[in-house]
Amino acid sequence: MIQLFNVTKTYPNGVRALNDISLTISKGEFVFMVGPSGAGKSTLVRLLYREELPDRGQIMVKSKSICRMKPEEVPYLRRSVGVVFQDFKLLAERTAFENIAFTLQVVECPRREVYERTVKVLEQVGLKDKGDNYPHQLSGGEQQRVAIARAIVNNPELIVADEPTGNLDPDTSWDIMGLFEKINKRGTTIVVATHAKEVVDGMKKRVIALEQGKVVRDELRGGYGYEN
Amino acid sequence: MKISTFGSLVAEGFRSLWRNGWMSVASIGTVTITLFIFGLFYLLVLNTNYIASTVESDVEIAAFLNVNLPEESVKEVGERLNKIMGVGEVTFVPKEKSLEQLTKTFGRDHDLVAALDGKNPLPDYYRIKTVDPSQIGTVARLIGRMVEVDEVRYGQEYIEKLFAVTHWIRIAGIALMVLLSAAAVFLIATTIRLTVFARRREIAIMRLVGATNWFIRWPFVLEGTFLGLIGASIAVLMLLFSYLGVIEQLRTAIPFMPLMTDTVLLKQLLIGMILAGVALGICGSTLSLRRFLKV
Repeated sequence: MIQLFNVTKTYPNGVRALNDISLTISKGEFVFMVGPSGAGKSTLVRLLYREELPDRGQIMVKSKSICRMKPEEVPYLRRSVGVVFQDFKLLAERTAFENIAFTLQVVECPRREVYERTVKVLEQVGLKDKGDNYPHQLSGGEQQRVAIARAIVNNPELIVADEPTGNLDPDTSWDIMGLFEKINKRGTTIVVATHAKEVVDGMKKRVIALEQGKVVRDELRGGYGYEN
Repeated sequence: MKISTFGSLVAEGFRSLWRNGWMSVASIGTVTITLFIFGLFYLLVLNTNYIASTVESDVEIAAFLNVNLPEESVKEVGERLNKIMGVGEVTFVPKEKSLEQLTKTFGRDHDLVAALDGKNPLPDYYRIKTVDPSQIGTVARLIGRMVEVDEVRYGQEYIEKLFAVTHWIRIAGIALMVLLSAAAVFLIATTIRLTVFARRREIAIMRLVGATNWFIRWPFVLEGTFLGLIGASIAVLMLLFSYLGVIEQLRTAIPFMPLMTDTVLLKQLLIGMILAGVALGICGSTLSLRRFLKV
């Protein structure tokens, strides 16, 4: 699903966020990316949905080079990669339902299908009755569920999440990670960059640890490994 | 692009138009003024050309002969005139007839006629029509070279003056048009920029979930188009009613003045104005999107 070959990324201000990273993530995997702040986790996530391009190296997503991808192909990549953020990125003036339906409208899904799929995905994330609520009427956990619903409504093969529980309390974090696990069980590959030590330790998934732009540890069924 | 999608993008464009309020009004106003002035100048030029062509079609050359030319020479001149290339009809007007005309115009008791004291100072002249009105200048110059001809006059002189005036009107019009168009495009671009700014979060999310560039751009292009279209429509209505009004006034005031009332040409002008308005709108939004919507 994802292959990185000797990827290096340096920002214009001279900060080297990733330094010669190579790794492979297979279809259907659930991967945690951990590491101290500034280790390059967010950069790695942003490379995966082509928000940024590496300076050197090659990145393959779904066996397609995203470095050599033409700009007009990017939208179609994004449709097969769901993205979840720490700050949810919901539109405040739209209801939960509209936020999700918006994604489908953007990809020009037929109107009838928009309704059906939105209802279905709201049910999947456990917000069946909250469709008409605006983001400010929902708790943080619920808002993140809406964001996840938005990420999966296009049936992507890959979901990348950057600190999805960074703004949530521990119990809610467990709920959100549980939701990711449920989505993963249906075959969707999931990559989560996170600081949530207990969750990472408890879930026993593959853990890739980054430090100063390098992979320092890559364990199947690993733990967080840092003292917070 | 699906029809239903297009519908919602059009709706989005209109919403932005409303949301930007006074900026939209300013943009529309500038487009209106630009196109109204454009139409005004165009009609002015069109009408002067029309007047010129009307006058031109019935112009003739008047070749005044030297006074005291013997009768045989006068006849001979007439024969030579007939032989010149491009000359159509040649009519001889004796000086007695000219005097009669003068007396008729001013009345027998007029000071001017009385001052002549029975003498006739007027020359004989030939009225010459050319086969092709546009040849009139060349023919007139040829006739002017004949020794027996004292002076040549023809309507073309006035037409040339008229054309000189239209020439300047045209230049002034174009200069004004360029300035005003630039202002209109700039104002539209600024309005669109406000919309881009107001919707930047939405745009970021659209990109994130895989909207194509054109899907993102369309509402802005449509908003620009609407601004141009509304502005142009107002200009068209204003111009149409004021021109019809002016024509009505002039008909009674100067009944013999020939004015353009050709509806086909008018229609073409008005359609042209609408298209120009749309073009201004699209230019404005493209300019804005290039600078503020990096996709």
